[in-house]
Amino acid sequence: MQKKDIGTILKETLLAAKEAMLVPLLAVFTAIVIGGVVIAVVGGNPFAAYSGLFEGALGSTKALSETAVWATPYIFAGLAVALGFKGGLFHIGAEGQLALGAVASAWVGYALPDMLGVTIPMFIHLPLAIFAGLLFGLLWGAIPGALKAYTGAHEVINTIMMNYIALNIVSFLLNGPMKDKDPNNVIARTPEIALGARIPVIFEGLRIHWGFVLALLVAFLVWWLLWKTTLGFEIRSVGLNPDAAKYAGINVKRIMTLTLALSGMLAGLAGTIEVTALNYRHELGFSVGYGFDAIAIALLGKTHPFGVVVAAILFAAMRNGATRMQFLTQIPVDIISVIQALILLFVAADAIVRYIYRIRQSGDKVVLTRGWRG
Amino acid sequence: MDWRRFSFIALIIAVLFGTVVLIGMSTESPILIIGSMMATTIAVATPLTLGALSGVFCERSGVVNIGIEGMMLSAAFFGWLASIYMSSIFKFSLAPSLIVGLISAILAGGLFALLHAVLSITYKVDQIIGGTVINILAVGVTGFLNRQLFFDKNSIFGGQVPHAPGVLPVIHLPVKEVLEGLCGLFGSSPECIVTADAIGKVFDQKPIAIAAIVLVALSHYVLFNTRWGLRTRAVGEHPKAADTVGINVVWMRYANVVIGGMLAGLGGAYFTLESVPSFEPLMTNGRGFISLAAMIFGNWTPFGAWAASLVFGASQALQINLQFFRTSIPPEWAFFQNSYAVGQIPYILTMIILTGIIGKTTAPAADGTPYEK
Repeated sequence: MQKKDIGTILKETLLAAKEAMLVPLLAVFTAIVIGGVVIAVVGGNPFAAYSGLFEGALGSTKALSETAVWATPYIFAGLAVALGFKGGLFHIGAEGQLALGAVASAWVGYALPDMLGVTIPMFIHLPLAIFAGLLFGLLWGAIPGALKAYTGAHEVINTIMMNYIALNIVSFLLNGPMKDKDPNNVIARTPEIALGARIPVIFEGLRIHWGFVLALLVAFLVWWLLWKTTLGFEIRSVGLNPDAAKYAGINVKRIMTLTLALSGMLAGLAGTIEVTALNYRHELGFSVGYGFDAIAIALLGKTHPFGVVVAAILFAAMRNGATRMQFLTQIPVDIISVIQALILLFVAADAIVRYIYRIRQSGDKVVLTRGWRG
Repeated sequence: MDWRRFSFIALIIAVLFGTVVLIGMSTESPILIIGSMMATTIAVATPLTLGALSGVFCERSGVVNIGIEGMMLSAAFFGWLASIYMSSIFKFSLAPSLIVGLISAILAGGLFALLHAVLSITYKVDQIIGGTVINILAVGVTGFLNRQLFFDKNSIFGGQVPHAPGVLPVIHLPVKEVLEGLCGLFGSSPECIVTADAIGKVFDQKPIAIAAIVLVALSHYVLFNTRWGLRTRAVGEHPKAADTVGINVVWMRYANVVIGGMLAGLGGAYFTLESVPSFEPLMTNGRGFISLAAMIFGNWTPFGAWAASLVFGASQALQINLQFFRTSIPPEWAFFQNSYAVGQIPYILTMIILTGIIGKTTAPAADGTPYEK
């Protein structure tokens, strides 16, 4: 084998990166332009709106910290969907998994010390709270995974059903047994979790917390799992071609179940971190919409863990900046949902983007899902 | 529909109806309870039936449509928007406002379906991703416009939700009167009158609910007895063969997807023009996805899909009808008072059905695959 010199490797890497990022970047650009047109049509000033958005997202230390805070659950949930894609499984279950994960860690966080009648030290309590969230996310992913693997029931519909079931369970718990008993409380939320179950902030006075660092770490772990371990190889093989994987001796059903279980675990982690590092409780409705956002993030990141991190930070910046934009220009924050849907549209239909900007198709098309019988 | 699935449907409906009868028996006559359950079942199954029919048309032509939820949501919004626009800005009276609303809803569904068709047929985007795009786009667009129009003081509605004109009225067929007349011939026994009353209730339905049932029969006829239907099915089963004999695959798929979208649009109109006179973000609440399950369970046939929709309708009707008997529910039945528990039934049913333990179903052979010449 011929050895490549460092220059060639660098050049090839850069070229590959450019190839991979060109279409997503243009998709984002096109969506922002169309979003601007929509803003103008409803009578707003797109330039004022976008500069407000930019200011709110990146304009100050506080804005940057808030963007990182927003990005944290997005990274986890985006990784969850991306991992599923790598295993050939497209699912919409992040929302339910996230909500259950959040409620489980909240329970460990506030109820366990009372039950045991002691203050649990942080080095036990926090891992326990996180573990509870992981476990419920994993379980909520494993069920549709197993149903898909062993009965062929389509994971898209099943994960959506599991979302509704999860949200029903969570709203029951938050309105009933787990409701904050504080006499001033009228909302469906849990009591605050104990101090020992909280992830600390990084800088005093800012909300950015160690959960963000954990998210980056987990992104690296997912990359490592997928490309450096046997399990990852098996997941990717099943994703590329389940029949071939089967002939190669891979237990396809087990891998499918495991892929969705791990994916659910990541989504559960998103909920857990929101509770332990940010809100210190679970409140009904905070997780609405994360599931769909996660899909857009995973696709924009080309289902690659590092791509997901970049896409998550972009989406977080938009969500975070949108509040400032609405404050300054009265354009509803919901415009962000429109822009994100357009981004997803252009990323999914990259043929449109290639057509607009006259870019040739290169490389193989990635197969993402496979219809009902997949 | 094979006997296994048919008896499953009959069994579930019997259990759901039986539960309400058992709970309500002490206050109301069983015949009336069954009548009112049937009436509610048919009414609330409407969006599911139309959604499932939408899926049947799309998928019979070979295009998976997971965006029905989004099509319904946007149709619900735009239909409602058009009707209040007509009534509050142009001061139209109720009937024309609602008719404009209905047409707008159907068009909105058709337009979103057209987008799905462009994505999945012309650009050959992965159809499940394309459907997801529709769903996300619908949530974004309806949420944005809802807030922009009704919460912004500078908007045409002055920052408040205008008074909605109302909902479509019940079309009263004189079934009850005719049956009571017949009872008169046999001495007008009280049982006979109650039965006539109960049956009359079942027939008191609103326009979209009636249209849905007519459309089930019509779709069956179109799909299995006309040239159009044969071509649609050919394109969905074996597009290459269809193309060879001169059928325009792309056109057939476009047309059927748009027809499907318009059906979903009518289903969306149910929410804001027939059920309640208001719009809420995300108000379709997964009905589009449930109707996909109904379509699969009905083996991609209109009547099968309708039967499956009725099962889901019945589980929702259980929840609604139990509200009437809230006070008379004995403590040992308290479980049924808990809407969180009963509300899970349709979702769990969907998952059971999808496992295929109640009879395997077969999708059209080319469902989900773009056609490459």
